[in-house]
Amino acid sequence: MARMKFLCDADRCIECNACVTACKNEHEVPWGINRRRVVTINDGKPGERSVSMACMHCTDAPCAAVCPVSCFYTTADAVVLHSKDLCIGCGYCFYACPFGAPQYPKVGNFGSRGKMDKCTYCAGGPEADFSTEEYEKYGRNRLAEGKLPLCAEMCSTKSLLAGDGDIIASIYKERVMKRGYGSGAWGWKTAYKETVSV
Amino acid sequence: MNAWLKSLLPLLALAFVASTPVAAQNYNNFNPTKESVKEEQLLNGLKSGERLTGRISIPDEKAASLIQPAGQEWRVFHQQKLPIIGGVAILGMLALLAIFYLVRGRIRIEGGFSGATITRFASLDRFTHWLTASCFIVLALSGLNISFGRMLILPYFGPETFATLTAWGKLAHNYLGFPFMIGIALMFVIWVRDNIPNKLDLEWIKQGGGLFSKGAHPPAKRFNAGQKVVFWMVMGGGAIMSASGWFLLFPYMADGGVSDLQLYTTIHALLAVLFIAAMLAHAYIGSVGMEGAFDAMGNGEVDLNWAKEHHALWVAEEQAKGGAPATPPHAMPAE
Repeated sequence: MARMKFLCDADRCIECNACVTACKNEHEVPWGINRRRVVTINDGKPGERSVSMACMHCTDAPCAAVCPVSCFYTTADAVVLHSKDLCIGCGYCFYACPFGAPQYPKVGNFGSRGKMDKCTYCAGGPEADFSTEEYEKYGRNRLAEGKLPLCAEMCSTKSLLAGDGDIIASIYKERVMKRGYGSGAWGWKTAYKETVSV
Repeated sequence: MNAWLKSLLPLLALAFVASTPVAAQNYNNFNPTKESVKEEQLLNGLKSGERLTGRISIPDEKAASLIQPAGQEWRVFHQQKLPIIGGVAILGMLALLAIFYLVRGRIRIEGGFSGATITRFASLDRFTHWLTASCFIVLALSGLNISFGRMLILPYFGPETFATLTAWGKLAHNYLGFPFMIGIALMFVIWVRDNIPNKLDLEWIKQGGGLFSKGAHPPAKRFNAGQKVVFWMVMGGGAIMSASGWFLLFPYMADGGVSDLQLYTTIHALLAVLFIAAMLAHAYIGSVGMEGAFDAMGNGEVDLNWAKEHHALWVAEEQAKGGAPATPPHAMPAE
């Protein structure tokens, strides 16, 4: 089985936010929730870089470790998913997550957190593949259709890569070798305890 | 010599300026395609608790945080440190109380029950106590469950039942926080005047409150030094629990976002386990640990002999006011 990862080649990202829009539309993500976002570091200064970030589907995921009701699980493709039936909206995964991935609808008492929502790597949830319940809670299950996450598929500069970790790492490596520079595989060290060595 | 040095100073200054790269000069030789911010440099440059942030175009400023390494520290606190601290505090307190019970036994009324009673706590006192106490018990159990339930009871219930139980626990925790805060505030108003520390307390502490030796009963007014300590612990603990809990109740009101919430949960959890340990001792001495003590918060009427042994000066005050029987009508022999 593949070990699915995301890699954002920030030297190619043009901050078009197509990944953000693709994600929101594909999964009918409600207003106020962003499973993916683009952050620009050192904006307006020479050497600024934009990074598209979502759940990185960590190895030894912090969210799964701290969840009080153990609602997270890792699929055979190493995608970190969760059950909205079990989630109680406590916010612990949000405190632990290095990437700010967990999002909450403001539906609870005192306008606090509803059930957590995050990037599913377009892999749905615990419900049966392609079921209405799965779509309503987690969005489209593209992985089960044999497709990769739409954000990466849609990326016009092919900055955002999704797929097996080894394959996307070798693509990135090749790019860095050819052009002679690279700002790094953002988030990899934090998420996967390893980075792409060039 | 001095003048010669002084004449050199401007030259030295000029040399320093020339050797210092000016930002604008740097940019002239800068190739923004090749040279860029590097994740590793930025992450290594962060101080503890700082986040790697940038600019974001979606209308949610909090989403501008790209990486927050502090989450890893929070995870270590929650998964490794808290269970140890909580375990030592709570299980340690239970062990101490068990040892105390085995060694000292139940503290009896030495003069036996007199049969006469004196009003220790009026209905408002007892209402305030039980309002706070009943909220505290539910808050403590639901809090312990959310911190340690996955480890301790999820295996027995299964994920679905446990998640339902924990969701109800979270609701109870969120709502009962408010009456708990009211209880703490009421307690302060009605009991603070009897809880101001004074010289009598030093004597009480010197004698260990009579806890460790039979027949020792250091004089006390309405509240002895031990009870005052409990009072001020409840006030301080209650205030900090309330304040930290308040921000956690309204997560979207906390300004600093995730860093603040991490801090508040850490304070809330640390103080909670200490609070629970302290209240275990309080509940022990007010029930199993001491004969006649529970009546004070039960029906509010305590035996006169109990009152004289533990709060001699308070009994004298009450008798002077005429609010208490002067002598026990039928003194019963000690066991």
